[in-house]
Amino acid sequence: MSNVNTTAPELAAVEIDGMNRSTFILKGALAAGAVYGTWAVSPFVRQALAQELIPGGGEGDIGILNFALTLEYLEATFYQRGQKLELSGEVMQLAKLIGDHENEHVVALTKTINDLGGKPVPAPMVAFPMKNQGQFLKLAQTLEDTGVGAYNGAAPLIKSKDVLAAAGSIVQIEARHAAAIRLLTGAVPAPTAFDEALEPTAVLGAVKPFIK
Amino acid sequence: MSPARNEEGQVGALAELAHDPSSRSRFLKLMGGGIGAASAFGVFLAACGGDDGGSAAGTTTGAGATTGAQMSSDIKIVNYALTLEYLEADFYAKVIDSGLFQGAQLNLIKVIGDHEAQHVEALKGTVEKLGGTPAAKPKTKFPLDSATSVLELAATVENLGAAAYLGQAGRIIDKEILAAAISIHSVEARHAAALNVLTGKSPTPDGAFAKPASMDEVLPMVQPFIVS
Repeated sequence: MSNVNTTAPELAAVEIDGMNRSTFILKGALAAGAVYGTWAVSPFVRQALAQELIPGGGEGDIGILNFALTLEYLEATFYQRGQKLELSGEVMQLAKLIGDHENEHVVALTKTINDLGGKPVPAPMVAFPMKNQGQFLKLAQTLEDTGVGAYNGAAPLIKSKDVLAAAGSIVQIEARHAAAIRLLTGAVPAPTAFDEALEPTAVLGAVKPFIK
Repeated sequence: MSPARNEEGQVGALAELAHDPSSRSRFLKLMGGGIGAASAFGVFLAACGGDDGGSAAGTTTGAGATTGAQMSSDIKIVNYALTLEYLEADFYAKVIDSGLFQGAQLNLIKVIGDHEAQHVEALKGTVEKLGGTPAAKPKTKFPLDSATSVLELAATVENLGAAAYLGQAGRIIDKEILAAAISIHSVEARHAAALNVLTGKSPTPDGAFAKPASMDEVLPMVQPFIVS
């Protein structure tokens, strides 16, 4: 197998409304995926994570959970909007199934953050450039693959075993979503033998120029 | 599942590294964090010593020291994963040889089989890098009666494999091994989802949250496929 280095130009086109710092971060995260290719970022972290991934999202495990929550909000909204498009029966069924899962992830992450004494970040305001099923599926594939990379990159940073178990349980579902969507787009469900990871700190570095 | 001594394995692994097949070098890069981290990883390995550690000498310097006993625990987990990957790789090799599949399905089986073979090589290399002895390749037997039953079995095996990796995530001590295991875990999940869809099942049988499986749950389920 050749190295897969998926570029994701469509992610850079995702519009993020609102001008607060967290939406800048999210836009930067997506742009980083577009610039580097979703997977090009080194998967593990050589130093402790001593900064907030999402401004106002807290540090450590809570910060990682808020990072994940932001991505899950993005995905949940994406599938909600997608279901308003004219989709085939098969695609609509999958959009509903996955959308439900992303909503459950949002609820679970919010609860976990609250349980740990953190403050869940608000849902970002987002807009997606999609008008038809083809665009929906293409963006879905990219979002799911990116979700897998984000969780895989964050996992080794997690301190609590319970939080790690929860993240692992979610990333497996994101990977399954990615494969199911890929079957519908005609892409290989598993493009490489080792899913690479998107390192949150690298994402932060990439988006720094955008943060005022 | 006690690993046999295999001194040649280490020589073989070094020779393979010299040839630098892309998947292996990618994985070892993943394991070591690239050139910059390679020497630190070497120091770490030297400090860890053998696979039956447990001695107080087996510690790294600095914060987050890993003891020999912890290293030994990680080696056991990687060898467990290696055994499962051996089974999967052997299964797909036999399925491809069976002639039961053609066209797109055969192509998918080849892709998955190739991944499992890469996982075997990577995990074997990992055990060796940790100073352990890789688990021996088991002799296997699988019922290969029909294309339908084979796909069903493949789906079962992949779902079990994904659950098995998830079950170990919280037990892995070394963060680099965790990162590597996680990078395989999501690929097994992708395999499982694709095979589930091909066999008319939900890609996500556990719903929104995947369930882990422990070694005690997994090993009896794969035992029927191991001859010796």
